[in-house]
Amino acid sequence: MEEIIISTLQRTMIAGTPLLLATTGEIICERSGILNLGVEGVMAVGAVVAFMVTMTTGLPWLGVLAAVAAGMTLSVIHAVAAITLQANQVVSGLALTMLGLGLSGMLGKPYVGKPLTLKMNDVAIPYLSDLPYIGKILFFQSPFFYLAIFLALGAWFLLERTRLGIQIRSTGENPKATETQGVNVFLIRYLCVITGGGFSALAGAHLSTSYSKSWIEGMTAGRGWIAIALTIFALWNPGRAIWAAFLFGGIFVVQYLMQPLGISPNFLSMLPYIATLVILLLISLKDPKRLNAPAMLSAPYNRGER
Amino acid sequence: MKDICKSFHGIHANKDINLYVRSGEILGLLGENGAGKTTLMNILYGLYQPDSGRIEINGSPICISNPVESITHGIGMVHQHFMLIQNHSVLENIALGYKDTPFFFPKKKLRNRVEEFSKQFDFKMDLDQRVWQLSAGEQQRIEIIKALLNGADLLILDEPTSVLTPLEIKELISILRQMKAEGHMVIFISHKLDEIMDICDRVTVLQKGRVVGHADTADTSKKALARMMVGRDVVFNIDREKLEPGKKVLSVQEIHVTGDKGMPAVKGVSFELFENEIFGIAGVAGNGQRELAEAITGIRKIDSGSVHMNGKDITNKSPRHIYDNGVSHVPEERIRFGIAPGLFLYDNAILKQHHLKKFSKRYFLKYSQVKNHAKTIISDFKVATHSINNQIRNLSGGNIQKLILGREISEQPQLLVASHPTYGLDVGATQFLREHLLALRKQGSSVLLFSEDLEEIFELCDRVAVIFAGEFMGILKSDDERLADIGLMMAGSKGF
Amino acid sequence: MIKITTSDRYDISPLRSLMTNIFSLVAGLCVIGIIFLIAGVNPLYAISQIFLGSFGSLYGIKETMTKAIPLILIGAGLTLAFRAKFWNIGAEGQLLMGAIFSTWTGLTLGDQLPSYLIVPLMFFSGFMGGALWGIIPAILKIKYSINEVISTLMLNYICAEFLTMLIVGPWKGNTRFGFPGTDNLPGAAILGVIPGSRIHYATLILSLICAVILCVVIYRTRFGYEARVVGENPDAGKYAGINFLRTSLILMAISGGLAGFAGVGEIAGIHHYLGYPASVSSGYGFTAIIVAWLAKLNPLYAIVSGLFFAGILVGGDAIQISLGLPAATVEIVNGTLLIFLIMGEYFLNNKISVHISTKSKG
Repeated sequence: MEEIIISTLQRTMIAGTPLLLATTGEIICERSGILNLGVEGVMAVGAVVAFMVTMTTGLPWLGVLAAVAAGMTLSVIHAVAAITLQANQVVSGLALTMLGLGLSGMLGKPYVGKPLTLKMNDVAIPYLSDLPYIGKILFFQSPFFYLAIFLALGAWFLLERTRLGIQIRSTGENPKATETQGVNVFLIRYLCVITGGGFSALAGAHLSTSYSKSWIEGMTAGRGWIAIALTIFALWNPGRAIWAAFLFGGIFVVQYLMQPLGISPNFLSMLPYIATLVILLLISLKDPKRLNAPAMLSAPYNRGER
Repeated sequence: MKDICKSFHGIHANKDINLYVRSGEILGLLGENGAGKTTLMNILYGLYQPDSGRIEINGSPICISNPVESITHGIGMVHQHFMLIQNHSVLENIALGYKDTPFFFPKKKLRNRVEEFSKQFDFKMDLDQRVWQLSAGEQQRIEIIKALLNGADLLILDEPTSVLTPLEIKELISILRQMKAEGHMVIFISHKLDEIMDICDRVTVLQKGRVVGHADTADTSKKALARMMVGRDVVFNIDREKLEPGKKVLSVQEIHVTGDKGMPAVKGVSFELFENEIFGIAGVAGNGQRELAEAITGIRKIDSGSVHMNGKDITNKSPRHIYDNGVSHVPEERIRFGIAPGLFLYDNAILKQHHLKKFSKRYFLKYSQVKNHAKTIISDFKVATHSINNQIRNLSGGNIQKLILGREISEQPQLLVASHPTYGLDVGATQFLREHLLALRKQGSSVLLFSEDLEEIFELCDRVAVIFAGEFMGILKSDDERLADIGLMMAGSKGF
Repeated sequence: MIKITTSDRYDISPLRSLMTNIFSLVAGLCVIGIIFLIAGVNPLYAISQIFLGSFGSLYGIKETMTKAIPLILIGAGLTLAFRAKFWNIGAEGQLLMGAIFSTWTGLTLGDQLPSYLIVPLMFFSGFMGGALWGIIPAILKIKYSINEVISTLMLNYICAEFLTMLIVGPWKGNTRFGFPGTDNLPGAAILGVIPGSRIHYATLILSLICAVILCVVIYRTRFGYEARVVGENPDAGKYAGINFLRTSLILMAISGGLAGFAGVGEIAGIHHYLGYPASVSSGYGFTAIIVAWLAKLNPLYAIVSGLFFAGILVGGDAIQISLGLPAATVEIVNGTLLIFLIMGEYFLNNKISVHISTKSKG
């Protein structure tokens, strides 16, 4: 029994990692006022690039870096469309997802079914990993796990305790006012969108080099969309995102627990998506105002507007 | 500033502007709405680039391509619509605008500096309050602190008194005089002659984008300035004949309405309206007028109390139901609430009326009727457009407002709720509109007029109420001499 | 120095609009060519194969028309939803729901009723299924402020799992040799096709009729007017007394219902049984988004736009075989074209002027 609990929690941490990475990135992006629906596509590209580079070079860290670079580059498209060209952000993000999923499918075809021999090994933190119970759950994990938590906390610190954070949040609330204070709103938004893209790609890299160590089309399985929902669920706060992501990681894992009980696996697969809706519903019922995004989310900003 | 020119959309906002300011001086920039004052100052502040011309400080030309550079040159600006982040705290807003904010832990490190500074000018402020919780005067003070903290020698104030109570205006004036004594320069933009004469040392007058004159306030008069501003003698010649009020039309009893942030905005307001009368509600913006108007017209929920129209209860009924009962509404933020920007003019001409039998039959709209109606409004209300097939967002602000007004008035409503209807309109349109309101009154309708313009209130209204912090400070007949104290009432003392 | 300024363009003529779209598509194709080049494929060959595959042969044209049917249906429905700024990304799920409902009708009643009764019944039930799946996000948005992008997407996944659940479980047919899927629909429930092709003409005609009806609805009815106002300016909608809940419910019922029709068409017209989600719809719900966008949210134009993208899908299948590229390649084409369409809009709405001056400004 104890073993089951520990193993479940371990797997929860693993499952929540890509969610946390992608959610943190999307929080940064949305806080500056840009909605990026391309997370799913960028994540897929990150996964395939990480896999390809790791497989060909044998260096997992290089694969990760390449994935982040690819994700950032891809996000530039959405940034240009949404910020400079002031296009409809919903459609632009969707286009990015299509493009990303397509690119990853095309690039990944030759690699389907080939397992990674070199992979991201789990790292044990000395001393702490010997603690009973939590040692194995929290301190003997893939490096992505530690990275995700570090980045989420870092993002929180950036947004709440630095000057740049004030500028980012102000840009999302009122870009016109922020501009008059001498802040380059366009630059901030570009940085946030591109950073968000890097994070999403990082999440993808985790999926292909640490989580499953293989590549298959569709491996993101809607995690990108869930991350977008989690952004709302976390109320645009990276600290809360940590809880939110691992809660959902748990829901993903619970599927496997319940299978032996004879419940239809398809129903269990539905759980994360149903849970998303239920939780959003609960937040809304409890306090509808809390679903308020940064005030100017997804509204294009034209510098010359009178 | 020398020979400044700037155009938007082919219309010259500024043409060949020359002006100068000396230290220890308050320069007034006077002009009608749309004369180009804000555009000019935005150029000075670095938000816009002039098409031609140059700016000089102490004789040497400088180039200001963005606000950061203007701040470096010692120029600070307090905009008419505050450039503050409503959801953030005072301290965060100041940190945003301050050029030397530290990167790490800005709030902690800036707090002492700001507190010291406020003491110097005797500003009392809670740095952790959210901006939306503060009054307009307090918000303005944040803007001033930001400018001064950045070392501004020249402070530009754009229509600073438009949102202040008379008391707050006095406080602002004393602050400006203190700054003048310390050698700062101030450019004071306004369209209010009284203030210019009172506060400024010199005046530059703009009309339709050009400078039409400079003067020292000591050597000129209100009338002379007014003539310069408009190009003709401005005398609002409106005859308001005395009319006996008819039967009761609207009855509002003890209504309480909550504002956007969850705080009570209207606290127990009661009054009645009769036919053949214009009832004015005076007060500085932000004291509950918008919420009151929205409550009566059905857009906002009434928490307690009741509203009756011709004896029928219309409390919390749908906006359409209330409209069908004879209540029309010209909203405060006209562009935001009154039109669908991408749709054509004729579509917008029936925005509130599209469900009426004369425009729709069962499920379909009768477009020929709609277009005729649009043409009628355009000619009756002199809306400038080359065709009704124009997208409405291509019209100028003033013309859009005329269309909205025409749309609401043309249905002969029993009650017209007009929120700041002449705000932003030029002189001709203002006159036109006021005449229409009086015509409505004569025809037997009643008008509920919300206005900040005291001149307008006195000219048009039969009875006046003053609203402050969601309550009525008093309801007086227009010939009541206690109205002389209207300024006090607007600032919160009860009239009777 | 060179100065580039932009200004709003007010006079947008339909010709300019069309030219901008065409130019965007061409530019998009060029970039797709570059992507092919990088992937080691001859771009000119690949792109020509796409168009030859879809329009260059009689077989290709027939296939294109077949695939155009669901695209036109869903695309037209989306033009309505998008005009009201209701971002319905859930057309996939709505299509599947339509397939599920109509399959049930067909299997249960198909033996007992003649064709002219069972077919309309199937379309009706399919519409109901899609409409139901469309109404849920409308309620969630209006009553609970839940972002419709997320709710429609989640419902896609939920429906796909639900469908799989049905065909491996309670609805598993006896004639499938152990593979998941329902039995074949009875003969009366199968839609006729134009001989020599897979074009199920009943649905084709239905799609054209729906496009026309939707055009009338958007531009000439009170409901259409209200939907447009809500999309242009929700604040004005509130002020005008428009009932948001009612408007959203109706438009999502229509949009979802049309997707449901598409689902019926796929089952009753092409596959004749209900199988895995991926076999029922090859991403029509998503491709239709681009169809609607290219059609500038006009349901009549969606007919042309639908044919165009159907061509791309068919061409994508063609080069899968001839060049060995994966099916996902089509998504690249779709995504790139959509991006270029969006970018093109910028140039449509703004006049770009370049000033080259010799004197420097202070």
